[in-house]
Amino acid sequence: MNTNQQKVLADVLTNVLADNLVGQHQLFDELTIVVRAKDVCAVSEVLRDHKDLGFDTLIDLCGIDYSTYGDGLNALGQANGRRFAVVYHLLSVSLNQRLRMKVFVEDNEFPVVDSVMTIWPVANWFEREAFDLYGIVFSGHSDLRRILTDYGFVGNPFRKDFPISGYVEMRYDEEQKRVIYQPVSIEPREITPHVIREKNYGDSHIE
Amino acid sequence: MAEIRNYTMNFGPQHPAAHGVLRLVLELDGEVVRRADPHIGLLHRATEKLAENKTYLQSVPYMDRLDYVSMMVNEHAYVMAIEKLLQIEVPIRAQYIRVMFDEITRILNHLLWIGAHALDVGAMTMFLYAFREREDLMDCYEAVSGARLHAAYYRPGGVYRDLPDTMPQYQSSKIHNEKQTRIRNQAREGSLLDFIEDFTERFPAYVDEYETLLTDNRIWKQRLVDVGVVSPERAKALGFTGPMLRGSGVEWDLRKKQPYEVYDRLDFDIPVGVNGDCYDRYLVRMEEFRQSNRIIRQCVDWLRKNPGPVMTDNHKIAPPSRVDMKQNMEEMIHHFKLFSEGFHVPPGEAYVGVEHPKGEFGIYLVSNGANKPYRLKIRAPGFAHLAALDEMSRGHMIADVVAIIGTQDIVFGEIDR
Repeated sequence: MNTNQQKVLADVLTNVLADNLVGQHQLFDELTIVVRAKDVCAVSEVLRDHKDLGFDTLIDLCGIDYSTYGDGLNALGQANGRRFAVVYHLLSVSLNQRLRMKVFVEDNEFPVVDSVMTIWPVANWFEREAFDLYGIVFSGHSDLRRILTDYGFVGNPFRKDFPISGYVEMRYDEEQKRVIYQPVSIEPREITPHVIREKNYGDSHIE
Repeated sequence: MAEIRNYTMNFGPQHPAAHGVLRLVLELDGEVVRRADPHIGLLHRATEKLAENKTYLQSVPYMDRLDYVSMMVNEHAYVMAIEKLLQIEVPIRAQYIRVMFDEITRILNHLLWIGAHALDVGAMTMFLYAFREREDLMDCYEAVSGARLHAAYYRPGGVYRDLPDTMPQYQSSKIHNEKQTRIRNQAREGSLLDFIEDFTERFPAYVDEYETLLTDNRIWKQRLVDVGVVSPERAKALGFTGPMLRGSGVEWDLRKKQPYEVYDRLDFDIPVGVNGDCYDRYLVRMEEFRQSNRIIRQCVDWLRKNPGPVMTDNHKIAPPSRVDMKQNMEEMIHHFKLFSEGFHVPPGEAYVGVEHPKGEFGIYLVSNGANKPYRLKIRAPGFAHLAALDEMSRGHMIADVVAIIGTQDIVFGEIDR
């Protein structure tokens, strides 16, 4: 998408969405809009049906847990202490344009967003995945089951407070003659520490 | 009259036509499928979570293991996302090499697809033919990266190294005497580019061979024509991309519509289907064989004439040469920092989609300025396609489900991630 096309799209979005638009920013050649959780369905419908938007395909939908992002988050997308976000990547095949829609979920304890399954049927599995991995509930989804994790799995593994080794491990027990679950026996370890350097570290930060 | 009930059948996870570990719960009315409920996740490795705990470079090999039949294209999306966040330029020669290997990978992927698809439908020979050609292409992988499958060849800033001047050769053994070995080595006398060029000479004839076996084959048509029909509107709503979308008659290819690397300098056509059934998708992919072959040929010609660097000279991101590293203190430090702490990526987010052999493969990367990704989301084309299996197979026979799985080109490495 070139800058001109992007500017046009940005203007159309500002006009069409008006008050429903909470934020809008541009990074590289990508346009991101931020929308309130309660408006998701209304906005999505406009995005799909408006003749200058025409986002007929939902390319991707994913959850994000922003709890350990650190400073700079508010600058990036108005999180205001909200932990979870759902990110929609939209594509218009007819007009050849892309858009990222971001929704911060209001309640950190019980995150709920309306399902867009009726607008883009492809959202079905993507929402199941976000529900499975982040515990974000999509109200109005017809079949919200876990999808990637094991049958009977407990917890939401992609949340930042979920350890990478998990809580339980599985093995075959010789005495009980069956596969059992037991607490993990691996020690947590970090091979390369997570580092954020201050600006201009070594006075040659990548421009 | 006896009571008639639908009954439920388990298809997989250990079924040869399930392409890996698909567990499919089918609700049947006689032999007619009323509902298909795919249970996935049996191969879930939490690649995205693992990537959050590794430096950017350490995650490159994980990308190979997503869709393990089109390894380098997965890497391509990942390194392009990093390059976008870092805002670095990739040398033009590296871009050509990447495009060439993307297309080699597309042929690799489609060869496995045609082999497995035909095998599922009952044509055993195709599988053997397809693997004969895959062998040559995997030798290209081996020559360039040392690995036949999981290459880890694309790196942020370019490719790991330039194309080699020699090809690995066969040794004579008890089974192949010296004379036979000489014949087998004929194409391998020169450089990798010579070998690839020789392959592009031979390959169109092979595709003709496959088409003789399948395209007008009565049984093949009976099994594919009018099976799993998807309308263009429905294909878009269901998130189809790649050959699945083109099979339904939508002219959409990221290589043309949103060109990346050097695709806009190359000459190739995009095949489009008409009816949106399994047979059209088959024809689309067969044509993609020929078009990929054309692209490879153009890349070979360009690469022969234009030597140059294949990796960015920004040593904050790409390692310095071994010689420099041993003579220069600065380079030594760069090397050490790169392979201990890794490079830092400025805060921000980027989405990069590439035209994967199966559809649009996307990487959504969120960085908070650290040496590891904050969030990595992998958009696997197969995930959306498999989700539509229910809709595509309703009202068809059980045997058609196998044909539909085949036409979707399912690989569980990317779907389960």
